Amino acid sequence: MNSSRTAWALLAPTLIILAFVGLLPFFYVLYVSFFDWNIFSKTGVMSWAGAENFRRLVFDADFLAALKRGIGFTCIAVSIEMVLGLTLAQLLMIRFKGRSIFRALHALPLTVAPIAVGATWRLMTIPGMGPVSYFLQQLGIDYNIGRSASQAFFTTVLMDIWHWTPFVTLTFLAGLSALPRAPFESAMVDGANRWQIFRHISLPMLRPVILTALFLRIMDALRIVDEVWMLTGGGPGTSTRYVGIHLWRIVFPKTDYGYGSAMSVLLLYFTIVLCWLLITAITQSRKGAGT
Amino acid sequence: MSSSISKKTYKSILIYVVWIILSLITFFPIYWMFLISVRTRVELFDAPKLYQTTFYAMNYIRPLFIDIYGKYLYNSLIVATGNTVLVLICSVLATYALSRYRVKGDQNIFFWTITNRMAPPAAFMFPLFLLFSRVIVVGESRIFDTHIGLILVYCLFNLPFAIWLLKGIVDGIPTVIDDAARVDGASTLQIIWKLIVPLAAPGIAITALLSWIFAWNEYLFAATLTSVRARTITTGLTEFVTVVGTNWGEMAAIAIVCILPALIFLFLVQKYIVAGLTFGAVRE
Repeated sequence: MNSSRTAWALLAPTLIILAFVGLLPFFYVLYVSFFDWNIFSKTGVMSWAGAENFRRLVFDADFLAALKRGIGFTCIAVSIEMVLGLTLAQLLMIRFKGRSIFRALHALPLTVAPIAVGATWRLMTIPGMGPVSYFLQQLGIDYNIGRSASQAFFTTVLMDIWHWTPFVTLTFLAGLSALPRAPFESAMVDGANRWQIFRHISLPMLRPVILTALFLRIMDALRIVDEVWMLTGGGPGTSTRYVGIHLWRIVFPKTDYGYGSAMSVLLLYFTIVLCWLLITAITQSRKGAGT
Repeated sequence: MSSSISKKTYKSILIYVVWIILSLITFFPIYWMFLISVRTRVELFDAPKLYQTTFYAMNYIRPLFIDIYGKYLYNSLIVATGNTVLVLICSVLATYALSRYRVKGDQNIFFWTITNRMAPPAAFMFPLFLLFSRVIVVGESRIFDTHIGLILVYCLFNLPFAIWLLKGIVDGIPTVIDDAARVDGASTLQIIWKLIVPLAAPGIAITALLSWIFAWNEYLFAATLTSVRARTITTGLTEFVTVVGTNWGEMAAIAIVCILPALIFLFLVQKYIVAGLTFGAVRE
């Protein structure tokens, strides 16, 4: 009895802080989402709106387009990162002199502030001044992310790959290093080639790690704001206005609080569902792997 | 025999070539930003050169010492350091409880804290902005635009992260040590402070460094929950981009200042940072 009281006392500071910055905002946003609250409206007071905000949301073409754009961005960027990360992790498993230096250099983008990542990529792609646009121009390719929607989109994808592939690589590297050696040795004795070993031993044993990395990347890519905002400002037009930017730059400044809250609730709902899927998939694959 | 040696040599050369190219790709954007940060406005409009022989320090001096960016830098230091201290105190206590006691629903608590890290900041920004600026108002004072506001909000992602990292480390410290100390009459806080903290010191140090970097790097909450007094350096970075034109040199200089602490940390303790950056995604 006494010991559980000690445990709660030790947990108390954490729980109080997380309740204040996590639970309270969560319930508050849920509450506000059922009201019509626009500080520029005549009264500026909250009035009950029922599910009206959510009804509007489902028919909001801009929001749905931003959501779709964000999902498209996530699918392309994350799948390339996974393949690239898995390959690079395999390459880092080979022992060679200076491996740890290359590994540290590879981790570099992870420590850079996302907003500064956006700044570096912007400096590289300014028409006429950035090296990327300059050299592409010398080659006769007109590259201008301020004008071409598809170029802007693929530049944000490339930036995300530059920024986050190291995360996937390092996660897989940790996973690969933690695998038992015995199955690999017996496969080698049986004369399996590199690809067979990778396909039939590494890949199945890495399943939990792959799932973890995949879901963490999906969550992070879906909520991307800083880098893209600094690089393109969501433009040109709406071509890189992903859902986080839409909520932050378009809905938030309108001070239509009830509607913005409803959008937040929907995004949080997606997050919780994704989290739940993540945990279930990982625990199941852990059980399946028999560890 | 000799053919197998040359095949091996080929392979290792190939590995070096691959990693040198990759490292160049990784490093080039940052190198380029540094070049821009030491160029005058006039130099910027020439064709891009990949090297630089002169150093134009005004890009650093003007924003930091004449403009307000020195103040932003100070705010970032206060917020990141304050948040790290708070996170360490709370997470060490919480981790010890989660690791040593069977509390009803401790799995749920663990799951809930982790979910907080996943939360999209864009969705939390609405309620936090309303709470900080309109709802929680005591007389004239609000939490909006204060250091303490950001320090608390950054716990939303740093506290779960710290618990996640430390849990594995504290779990690895044998409970026999606690029991022995308890028999000698030590209180729980004494055990944590005199036994657990020293034993987990390397892990705690890495947790501190990474929490500090994450708090320092954060942008979205800082941009939404501050206006003038508590504005951080990352938020200041976007202020260079204006409708009347951008001072690219100064923006690059501030961006370099922004990423400098993390770069220094990475090269000082790279092995541990690299392991921590995977957020303990792989654990035994």
